[in-house]
Amino acid sequence: MKRYPKPPEGSWTEHYPELGTGPVSYESSISPEFYELEREAIFKRAWLNVGRVEQVRRKGSYFTKELAVARTSLIVVRGMDDRIRAFHNTCRHRGNKLVWSDDPRVETSGTCRYFSCKYHGWKYDLDGRCSHVHQEGEFFGIDKANYGLVSVHCEVWQGFIFVNLAEKPSQTLTEFLGPMLTAIDYPFQNMTERFYYRGDIRSNWKVFLDAFQEFYHAPILHGRQNPMMSKPEYQQAGFSALHFQIDGPHRVGSTSGGAGWLLPPDCINPIEGVMRSGLFGPWDTADIGTEGLSPGLNPGKKKGWGLDSFQIFPNFAFIIWEKGWYLTYHYWPTAHNRLVFEANLYFVPARNARERLAHELAATTIKEYALQDCGTLEATQMGLESRAISSFPLGDQEILCRHLNKVVTDWVDDYQRSRAEV
Amino acid sequence: MADALLPPQFSDLEPYAKMWCLATEAERYAKRLASTMNEMQAFYDALFPRAEEAIAYLEKFPLYDLPDDARRLLELLYSLIMVSFPVEIWRQPYIPDTGTSSFELKDEPVP
Repeated sequence: MKRYPKPPEGSWTEHYPELGTGPVSYESSISPEFYELEREAIFKRAWLNVGRVEQVRRKGSYFTKELAVARTSLIVVRGMDDRIRAFHNTCRHRGNKLVWSDDPRVETSGTCRYFSCKYHGWKYDLDGRCSHVHQEGEFFGIDKANYGLVSVHCEVWQGFIFVNLAEKPSQTLTEFLGPMLTAIDYPFQNMTERFYYRGDIRSNWKVFLDAFQEFYHAPILHGRQNPMMSKPEYQQAGFSALHFQIDGPHRVGSTSGGAGWLLPPDCINPIEGVMRSGLFGPWDTADIGTEGLSPGLNPGKKKGWGLDSFQIFPNFAFIIWEKGWYLTYHYWPTAHNRLVFEANLYFVPARNARERLAHELAATTIKEYALQDCGTLEATQMGLESRAISSFPLGDQEILCRHLNKVVTDWVDDYQRSRAEV
Repeated sequence: MADALLPPQFSDLEPYAKMWCLATEAERYAKRLASTMNEMQAFYDALFPRAEEAIAYLEKFPLYDLPDDARRLLELLYSLIMVSFPVEIWRQPYIPDTGTSSFELKDEPVP
């Protein structure tokens, strides 16, 4: 395993002196009180990715998104004017959840011309206007113009739909994303073959996220299922990233990927050789519809680049792979020690069975790895909750975990300061 | 064979077709957890050496318009991928150290 050069300061962490190098506390991952603060300070103030434009392809296409962390449900819908809007999923009449089917706790999607409340039949246009009040004459001086759905700030970047629950967001989406992310111009829209995983896991959202933004654990926790990682020389050398970069609350880690196609047969599982695919995706380059490296990728301009793992604050990540596919992760807290974890893999639609099977192996492999992470992170949560230990050392390969820990604390501090000033 | 599930040149795999031609990942994962290692090893040993031939056969058809017998052969290959983890790596149906965590595929391409 190659060791890659570090910045002149001697480490990635010291390149960003505001991060410090001391041990960190994970009290923020075990405290119900801190979670209550995060809900207000972070999840009701940051831009949150709730999906992609391909989920609302046609006029009238919609989906609902349960945001337990904000105690709300949203409707995201493409209007007759083709604009994508978001609304709180609540009827203006008596507060019933407006759009759901069978089970009000489960997300749903579909296509319609208007929304109609199951309870008393009030109707809303796709742009949120109240269009019909059942037995309107029975009401007292009601003006439908004042009874539209409650809208939520909604903006689209690179086909990713973001919402902001603040009454008046302090930044536009572009300002929030900042220069590192907005430099990206990638043909996400051409990758419409999707595998969508969802898990319910008993760990804090940050404890879980941290495992997906460092690869230090990979040769150990996942060593057995990867013959290359289980080699003594790899185990000895461990993992070294190609590049780390921080921009505002966001961060990226770039690695050389895992060039399975270059490995000798004893370094791959037999199925990988047949399907020409594996954990790091298909071995053969997909035609993504654009030439050369897309703008914004490989931000460190490093030789031997294989993937970028972009971490968008607070709870969204996408990994873009050299071979022409990407995956997203979402970490949705449902309690201080529980989250819904979503993983989506996106490929250029397979042109034949061979390509489709390569996608299938990549998608199946993700589950084998992710379930091991799930078990381990429930164990981490239990260890932290024992409070037997209160501070934890983080290595240089864990710089992104250190950064998230700091950003969360900073946002909560900032929120508390602004409250104190009022 | 009138009731053959697979294309004629893969008739030797018919004994596995009834069990392992499953359309969704959820069915394949459930079948894996409900199978013994001996059952999965036998299926793997029968199909693995034929996998390249099966892929080459399927490549001749448009993916989104596969004849029924070819679609079943593709599903059989999906199941080969599913059992490859217990057979090649874990030596047990379950992924070790996963506790009671769930991680379910809610949406997948068809076929």
